[in-house]
Amino acid sequence: MVRLRDVHFSVQRRAIFDGVEVDIRRGSVTAVMGPSGTGKTTLLRLITGQLLADRGLVEVEGRDVAAMSRPEIYRMRRRMGMLFQNGALLTDLNVYENVAFPLREHTNLPERLLRHVVLTKLHAVGLRGAWNLMPAELSGGMARRVALARAIVMDPQLLIYDEPFVGLDPISLGMVLRLIRRLNDSLGLTSIVVSHDVREISAVSDFCYLLSGGRIIASGPPASLADSGSEEVRQFMHGLPDGPVPFHYPAPDYAGQLRHLPK
Amino acid sequence: MIVSLARELLVSLRTALEALGAYTLFGLRLVAETPRALLRFGLVVQQIHNAGAHSLVIIMMSGLFVGMVLGLQGFDLLERFGSEESLGTAAALGLLKELGPVVTALLFAGRAGTALASELGLMRATDQLAAMEMMAVDPVRRVVMPRFLGGILSMPLLAAIFSMIGLFGAQLVGVQLMGVDSGQFWSQMRGAVEFGDVMEGVLKSAVFGVACSLIAVFEGYHSVPTAEGVGRATTRTVVISSVVVLLLDYMLTAVML
Repeated sequence: MVRLRDVHFSVQRRAIFDGVEVDIRRGSVTAVMGPSGTGKTTLLRLITGQLLADRGLVEVEGRDVAAMSRPEIYRMRRRMGMLFQNGALLTDLNVYENVAFPLREHTNLPERLLRHVVLTKLHAVGLRGAWNLMPAELSGGMARRVALARAIVMDPQLLIYDEPFVGLDPISLGMVLRLIRRLNDSLGLTSIVVSHDVREISAVSDFCYLLSGGRIIASGPPASLADSGSEEVRQFMHGLPDGPVPFHYPAPDYAGQLRHLPK
Repeated sequence: MIVSLARELLVSLRTALEALGAYTLFGLRLVAETPRALLRFGLVVQQIHNAGAHSLVIIMMSGLFVGMVLGLQGFDLLERFGSEESLGTAAALGLLKELGPVVTALLFAGRAGTALASELGLMRATDQLAAMEMMAVDPVRRVVMPRFLGGILSMPLLAAIFSMIGLFGAQLVGVQLMGVDSGQFWSQMRGAVEFGDVMEGVLKSAVFGVACSLIAVFEGYHSVPTAEGVGRATTRTVVISSVVVLLLDYMLTAVML
């Protein structure tokens, strides 16, 4: 479904990716993990055509994203759904209108049918009863679920989750986890989940990629990554505070810095 | 010293030219999108309500007080020449040609312009614009255009209301308070004010509407997605709009006189 080959990408001469290779298989839930600041969200932006790679191939459904025109990228995105970290609901529309938004923009469905579709999707995420609430009235978990209903309202083939567990209480987190797996299997989707919550993501994903230092340092089913012999992989998977990724940001000599007063 | 000063001047000039280029390109894109945006006129009407109707109270209050001050100052000045019955003409020409469009534009920049810029800036900071892009909805077409057109269409209407209320204020002070003859006040005005004078004000307010709306949507849409960035975009909207309105006012007045 998605294929990245030898992808290089840099921002202001700082290399973010240095030869990344990723394969997302159709029908699977694939996790992309890695420490903060390793470019996980950037990877999603490359897949969705929001950013273009400096070098290498980014292919979605067999088509090179870099070779697509703007209308073609928009047509590709109609077959994608994306859940943003904070939900990114439109704050001037209520829950119902937020979910209906893509349908109103892209289709001419009669109001009766549109209502049917929107309520079905809201029911799938358990928030049919909250249809008339405004985004400001929703908890973080509810906002994330409404955004999920909006992401699936156009019946996409690929669903992308950007850090879906950040800031959620255990109950909301459990609900989102269950929804990721259930929606993927019942709707026949392909899902990409970007996260650094190892335990949660391992529970729902079929395959994992671990991103660090601009490269994929490990890939495989979640269980195989947990038992990896690589120190770097072990540090991340087991949440060790020090290791190949140091606790301290590079700094000059401690005593010298304490003695020296900047002018 | 002189070399570094010259270098700084060059950098500033280059930055200003880049900004002007960016404004021009964005403006041209909005012009190109206008026919399509007019087809979804409901969205534009919604923004006329947001930018226009919500500015009505401040416009009407300001219009009343500006008109009353104009009545007092005008009476004081004209009385020295024994021609206080011309107060209606002076107030009408002052309001229709100058004060109405200019003060309305300045108030619009402060009220609706800042609201537009901060709304767009916050939409960017909270990923709402990115979410639209991901839903294959062009944010310029869906969000920026209705606000831009709403602002443009609101400005002449607000300026007309400002001038009308201002005239009422001038009449209130001149006729009711200072004792200018009511018949003279209105008849001199009707005799002296021509259709061209009214159109001058309408044209000015339309130009100011384009300028203020463009500045507000440009600054908001291109703001840095942080709290500081949105604040800066809002401030820049007021400052740039005010200077541009006064500059354009001089240029338009020079051309139309």
